[in-house]
Formats: sequence, structure tokens, C-alpha cells
Amino acid sequence: MNTLLFFAGLKEAIGTDEVRLAAAGMTLGEVKEKVRSEYSLDQVNNCMMAVNEEFAPEDTTITEGDIIAFIPPVSGGLNPCSHSIRKSQYNH
Amino acid sequence: MMEQCCWITTEPLEIEEVTKRVIRREAGAVNTFIGTVREFTKGKRTLFLQYETYKDMAEKKLEQISKEIEQRWPSAEVAIAHRIGRLEITDIAVIIAVSTPHRNDSYEASRYAIERIKEIVPIWKKEHWEDGEEWIGDQKEVRPGVPLKEEIR
Repeated sequence: MNTLLFFAGLKEAIGTDEVRLAAAGMTLGEVKEKVRSEYSLDQVNNCMMAVNEEFAPEDTTITEGDIIAFIPPVSGGLNPCSHSIRKSQYNH
Repeated sequence: MMEQCCWITTEPLEIEEVTKRVIRREAGAVNTFIGTVREFTKGKRTLFLQYETYKDMAEKKLEQISKEIEQRWPSAEVAIAHRIGRLEITDIAVIIAVSTPHRNDSYEASRYAIERIKEIVPIWKKEHWEDGEEWIGDQKEVRPGVPLKEEIR
């Protein structure tokens, strides 16, 4: 199983901060799309994604136990949507 | 064990507590940035703010910023503390302390730290206005596929 974490406005829209999902084998992009359609939430399109507390690109394959976080734009933000995260942010 | 240099807390922040982590014999400058809760934004009155975080990741990202600074300004030492929860007007939300041998580096590194916090650290604030409330960040215009300015530098 995997844990999906939601924060700020997204958490309020979904009504919970945590959802369990069997996502192993899916890509991060597929998980995002599933959440978007299940909750009719286009807001997720604006989110960065993190796996196990690191920003991750959408072609990342999820493995058993991974914790997936939906990160809405941060407070002073540069609109850091997933398409345009700098590569350096993946390397830490 | 080394003292933690970057942390998130629900407790009120103490300036002394943050600066004392970077003061040392080699440093001739300590720059302290203090971010506080502002009452008026473009004429709109804030009653209070609610900060929320993804704590473990946020502390990790603050550490990352501190390491980035130590790479760019090898003689710098950094401490960053961010408060979350309900904050009233004039409360301190964030303190950044940077020490360096000479003052110019401490100013530059301090500026770098706050800009990076706003880019990569998962902390959100909910504005509670007189006439409503709003998560800041969510209302920003998003243009997928448009590169960040850093990418085209």
C-alpha cells in the first residue's frame, strides 16, 4: 500500500490529509490523474509531487510503501508546477 | 551531537536562539532576517494567519538551502527557523541567521535563503481577512510548460 498526503487548500478540497492507495507500479503522473478524476479536482494540476519527501518527476514509478505527497504552490511561490521543476531539485 | 540548524516549530521564535547557532570567532558579520505577519496587504486587512507544513520534508528542504548556501559562500553558516500554526499580526514567522567573515556575503546569502524558502519549502499560509479566507499560493496563475526564470538564465 501507499500513502497519499494532501496539504493546504488541496486537503480542504478533498476533505482529508491522507488517503491509502495501492499505487505500486503506477507512475506518479498516473497517481495524479487518478486523484484528479476521482475527486474532480483540477487543482492537482498545479501541484508539485514528492515521493518520500523529495520532489519527483511524473514519470517516477511508485514502489510498495512509497509516500506520495501533493505539494500545492508554496507561499511566496514561483508557480512551481511539475512541468518546470529544476532538475537540480531532484538530485538531493 | 551537532545542534540542528534548521527547524519548524509551533512555538514563538526567539531571535537569540537562532543567531547564537551561527555566531563564531571566524565571523565578522551576522545577518538576521525576521519575517513577520503584516496587517495590511494592498489595503486588505489580515486578522491572523494559519501556517501549515509538511514538516519532515520542510526541514529537509531547509537543510538543503543551508547546504546550497555553504556551497556558494563556503565560509557561511546558516540557521533557519520557521513557525507554523496560528500567528497574530506582528508575530515572527521566520528567522534566518547567516554568519560570514565579511558583511557583503551575509546580506547576499540571507536574501538567497528567503527566496529559496519561497520556492522549494512546503509551507503554506492561509490568510484570514476581515471578509473571508484564502490559501496563498493557490490563487497564482499557473502556466504549465513555461520555464522558470532560473532555467533560462
